[in-house]
Amino acid sequence: MLSKQRKLIKTALLLLALTPLALMIEAAIGQALGPDPAEALADQTGEWALRLLCACLAITPLRIITGKVEWLRYRRMLGLLAFFYACLHLAVYWVFILRLQWADFFYEFAQRPYIAAGMAALLLLVPLAITSTKKWQRKLGRQWPRLHRLVYLATVLALTHVWWQTRSDYTEALTYTLILLALGIIRFRRKRWFK
Amino acid sequence: MLIKRPSDIPSSEITSESHYLSRRKFMQAFAGAAAVAAGGSVLSSCADAESPASSRQIAELPSRPLDFVAAQPVSDNNGFSTSEKLTPYEAVTSHNNFYEFGTDKRDPKRYAGELQTDPWSVVIEGEADNTGTFFLEDLLKNQPLEERIYRLRCVEAWSMVIPWVGFSLSSLIRRAQPNSSARYVVFETLYRPEQMRGQRSRFNTLEWPYVEGLTMAEAMHPLTMIATGLYGKSLPVQNGAPLRLVVPWKYGFKSIKSIVKIKFVNARPSTSWNVSAPREYGFFANVNPKVDHPRWSQASERRLPTSLFDSKRIATLPFNGYAEQVANLYTGMDLRRYF
Repeated sequence: MLSKQRKLIKTALLLLALTPLALMIEAAIGQALGPDPAEALADQTGEWALRLLCACLAITPLRIITGKVEWLRYRRMLGLLAFFYACLHLAVYWVFILRLQWADFFYEFAQRPYIAAGMAALLLLVPLAITSTKKWQRKLGRQWPRLHRLVYLATVLALTHVWWQTRSDYTEALTYTLILLALGIIRFRRKRWFK
Repeated sequence: MLIKRPSDIPSSEITSESHYLSRRKFMQAFAGAAAVAAGGSVLSSCADAESPASSRQIAELPSRPLDFVAAQPVSDNNGFSTSEKLTPYEAVTSHNNFYEFGTDKRDPKRYAGELQTDPWSVVIEGEADNTGTFFLEDLLKNQPLEERIYRLRCVEAWSMVIPWVGFSLSSLIRRAQPNSSARYVVFETLYRPEQMRGQRSRFNTLEWPYVEGLTMAEAMHPLTMIATGLYGKSLPVQNGAPLRLVVPWKYGFKSIKSIVKIKFVNARPSTSWNVSAPREYGFFANVNPKVDHPRWSQASERRLPTSLFDSKRIATLPFNGYAEQVANLYTGMDLRRYF
């Protein structure tokens, strides 16, 4: 594949992934987020962070199933986009819901375990985002893949963050869990199942 | 070819409701089929007449909300209303927890058109003398309606100020004549999964039909009301049409919507959220800033509508600000234990 085609695909992917953000901003400006706009924004940014994380985690399974190495080119972009939306999610929560009150933040942390789980997931993604560049890949060498296995722990924490918020209907939480479970099975059981 | 005329299909109490509904659906289908000369299409409609209505077909039927509010003069009651700023009609009718239609707060309004609220009947049964099945028109006959502006506090820590139209539940209860064995009142919401898509969800810990209950003292309290309208109009489906309970000093999940049954019982009833998560949702569910939900604090609430730059966070008041009127119902009761 020509590098020009590759750049085109990456640009298209980037624009596609940023469309939800554009729509959110448009809705926010046009007062179309409903009577509880901060919660609506927090929900949507969190949702897209999780979906992009799933997309990122789907890359290696796609490589395994199709046998094509080209998929890997898009993994970093998807991971960084997921991290970007997760940061937006935290920013929305901190700025619009907590109104930048530090005291409230620690109280909420203690009162709501699901916030602690979400925070832990985000913190784990920070070193991964920082070391996502080729420079760092070279620097860390064999340690790089080991460090980036933290994404699995981050994913479990993110799922916990979602499950601990369900009230009665757990269709959405279950759907994400099953998808990630399937991806995990493909990723880790490939030797046994995809001989 | 079987031709049914409207006069051949009486809207009788003998006919079960689903039977009655599917016959009305058949009549609508026939009105369209009459224009088509094909006898075969009428015959196949006959076969469909007894089957449950699909949501697509129900959406085509005109649904006429019972317009009782417009028909009767509504008095401006002064003893009950708060003078706080009202939550706009748009917000009240588009931001709802009514899981029978889906768990997104926009779902109830989105899918409201799928529910047929006319005809509607309420079963009154249990420890009472005047029991039976009553059409809504008969229940509301000669019942004066008044507007009451109440605060509504959701357990999720947001609240609204809503101008309900209705009457004290106590007047309905008196007409039912409960006997001395009646210590609790139980309410049930409609169970009609073909018109309430949330009830078809497989992965849900809430059991249908939705059930709630009050002690007799709480039910007879003048603040407790049956609402049939809001903002001077009939209750929209998403707000619990055609009649719902409003108990303003308790968390919103106690204010059960779209009531089809009222039963007087002796023992404390199970209530849906309490069954689903007993550590999180109690029977009494009195608004109490000092007793937190296991997963979040109840000390404050967001008064909707909020904006991005004004979260309208206010301190939550004991009994949602109705302590003066209702605290005496709970003197001596450990409110942390009986939450």
